[in-house]
Amino acid sequence: MSELSGADILLQCLVDLGVEVVFGYPGGAVLPIYDALYNHPTIKHVLVRHEQGATHMAEGYARSTGKPGVVLVTSGPGATNAITGITDALMDSIPMVVISGQVATHLIGSDAFQEADTVGLTRHCTKHNYLVKSPERLAHIVHEAFHIATSGRPGPVVIDIPKNVQVATAPYERPDLSSHVSYRPQVKADPALIEQAVAMIAAAERPILYTGGGVINAGPEGSTLLRELAALTGAPVTSTLMGLGAFPASSDQWLGMLGMHGTYEANMAMNKADLIVNIGARFDDRVTGRLDAFSPGSKKIHIDVDRSSINKIVMTDVGIVADAASAMADLIAAWKKAGHKAADLDEWWARIAGWRARKSLAYPNGGAEIMPQQAIASLFNATKGRDCIITTEVGQHQMWAAQHYHFDAPNKWLTSGGLGTMGYGFPAAIGAQMGNPDSLVVCVAGDASIQMNIQELGTATQYRLPVKIFILNNEYMGMVRQWQELTYESRYSESYSDSLPDFVKLAEAYGWTGIRIEGPQELEAGIAQMIETPGPVMVDCRVAKLTNCFPMIPSGAAHTEMLLDPSQISGTLADEAKALV
Amino acid sequence: MHITEELSERHVLSITVTNEAGILAKIAGLFTARGYNIESLTVADISDNHQVSRITIVTNGPPRVIDQIIAQLDRLVPVHNVADLTANGPFVERELALVKVAGTGEHRIEALRIADIFRAKVVDTTTTSFIFEITGPTDKINTFVGLMRELGLVEVGRTGIVGMVRGRD
Repeated sequence: MSELSGADILLQCLVDLGVEVVFGYPGGAVLPIYDALYNHPTIKHVLVRHEQGATHMAEGYARSTGKPGVVLVTSGPGATNAITGITDALMDSIPMVVISGQVATHLIGSDAFQEADTVGLTRHCTKHNYLVKSPERLAHIVHEAFHIATSGRPGPVVIDIPKNVQVATAPYERPDLSSHVSYRPQVKADPALIEQAVAMIAAAERPILYTGGGVINAGPEGSTLLRELAALTGAPVTSTLMGLGAFPASSDQWLGMLGMHGTYEANMAMNKADLIVNIGARFDDRVTGRLDAFSPGSKKIHIDVDRSSINKIVMTDVGIVADAASAMADLIAAWKKAGHKAADLDEWWARIAGWRARKSLAYPNGGAEIMPQQAIASLFNATKGRDCIITTEVGQHQMWAAQHYHFDAPNKWLTSGGLGTMGYGFPAAIGAQMGNPDSLVVCVAGDASIQMNIQELGTATQYRLPVKIFILNNEYMGMVRQWQELTYESRYSESYSDSLPDFVKLAEAYGWTGIRIEGPQELEAGIAQMIETPGPVMVDCRVAKLTNCFPMIPSGAAHTEMLLDPSQISGTLADEAKALV
Repeated sequence: MHITEELSERHVLSITVTNEAGILAKIAGLFTARGYNIESLTVADISDNHQVSRITIVTNGPPRVIDQIIAQLDRLVPVHNVADLTANGPFVERELALVKVAGTGEHRIEALRIADIFRAKVVDTTTTSFIFEITGPTDKINTFVGLMRELGLVEVGRTGIVGMVRGRD
């Protein structure tokens, strides 16, 4: 058999695995791979401006297409720059494979130029990682890495390839991955537990479906099955930040997002429920609030593909280790087989109607300034009915987008949930646009967050990607400022965005279109112009500076202790609450 | 404000893993990253083809944390199996220690006498010192070392424990 270089083996593996796009940045230790990529017939390489950008682009690509995102970086700083995005993908269960160059095997450990212990550095922020010591091992490792990244609970996998392994040759044969000695994720639920769960759902008087990113990760089928399960049981549905879109926001059964900035009705329903069915969520601290007051009167069913998520934070009555779609299909089949009908939940829905009547997402409007919530609502109205993907950075704008943009389909909402990475949204939008060339991709950003990866403006220009950046500019790190107002008597320590660039001129410098929206009367026209302008557009939307994001459960508080409006802010918190993030 | 901690119990975990570079760092690092305790850790190749190692970890924590430790270990790709020996019923645990004691006269004779009671073997001797080799459960070794402290203990080396469930399975 003829032999291929390690670099050619790697590319042949990527082709065999169906990889179409690689986000990367060249450097000394990956030159052989870049040479193999030169004029490659099928693999498209996107040259980023910073490796962190590459990782978030890969995340955006993965989250919007369901396919794994692929990153290629050099050794040393290339790899260390990628670490934030790798950690982000781990926290949000995003399938991603990061290929890093490494110094030649005989130089490892010698503090060679651009050497870093990439496998050591990424050990705890990857699902798995590899150092490839010979070209003979490469094909098996690459195929296995994609299998691990995409199966079970998805996550990032790093493959560190020394430069001499990229150059040395070996025969290539597509490896057989039929059995792994130790990695066998459980995707099919225990039937006995499914029956138990169905009986509990049928008997519940105040059930609620609490869904998360696991439903999205289960593929389009997950969303379809969730809709069917909700229809069969008649139960209200709420979702975490990561799960938005899995259930249509236009449904009567939708309560909105739950948690720290969730709706009053979602959090109250969680608190008063007699049964919580958690499907693919992980009882994150943003969701539960104070644990000893979390849904005290309910039984809990928890479906998660990662067994370590079950009983990690909240003790459950029935823990089902399974893929969300597979478990929901089983629940639906068992429900029908048992001949259950949706219980009479009229009383429960009447209570929910009472909580809804509080209109927790309402905000004062009609003043001289643009309310940021109104900016999102206008964006939603202008893009309704279009194939639109929304990405966000992290902060107030992210929460307002989650509250006021209403998703009816999965894979249309890309945000950094677990790690809360400022700088995620813009590169994620570029990645999403690469995977969905015909979609309208809008990054909702804040004036501070957008600056964290603003260098990627050039990437969008280079690949003619018509992404739109919609900046809610309040000249603050708004969420930091909000917490300082709540907790530290409005001592705004370092949260003012001084020396902001002129975003319109900045856009123009990169060949983009820049638009400034300064008042409510310009809002709708400005958004329409953003959508209609071909090519990339950056919008500097000036919004009310001191608006806070409500409703809010302060740290250390229970679901029943939501703050609904500014009059409830005291300006101080107990030390116990201050110690929480 | 004060920080409170929950009551802990001691568990012996027996973990089989693929014998690959970095696996020990991965497991030890998981414990530090998630704030779990390691009282002792032993590791050695146990297969004839050098593919599988057994790691025995003695840890402590509240039952909920022990359950998490097992789940977290179990999801690491190179981990084949995690057994909680403490939870799985009666098991044997053994540890080996080398204990150097220096002294003359009555102390030297007393050290030998106690070593005999504990079935410790003398593996090195000079006219003024012994090295004892002792095996047994952790408690026995603690007691022996404690007694030697009064009789001229110089240094101790311990392996950490290995364990196995009783019975034929």
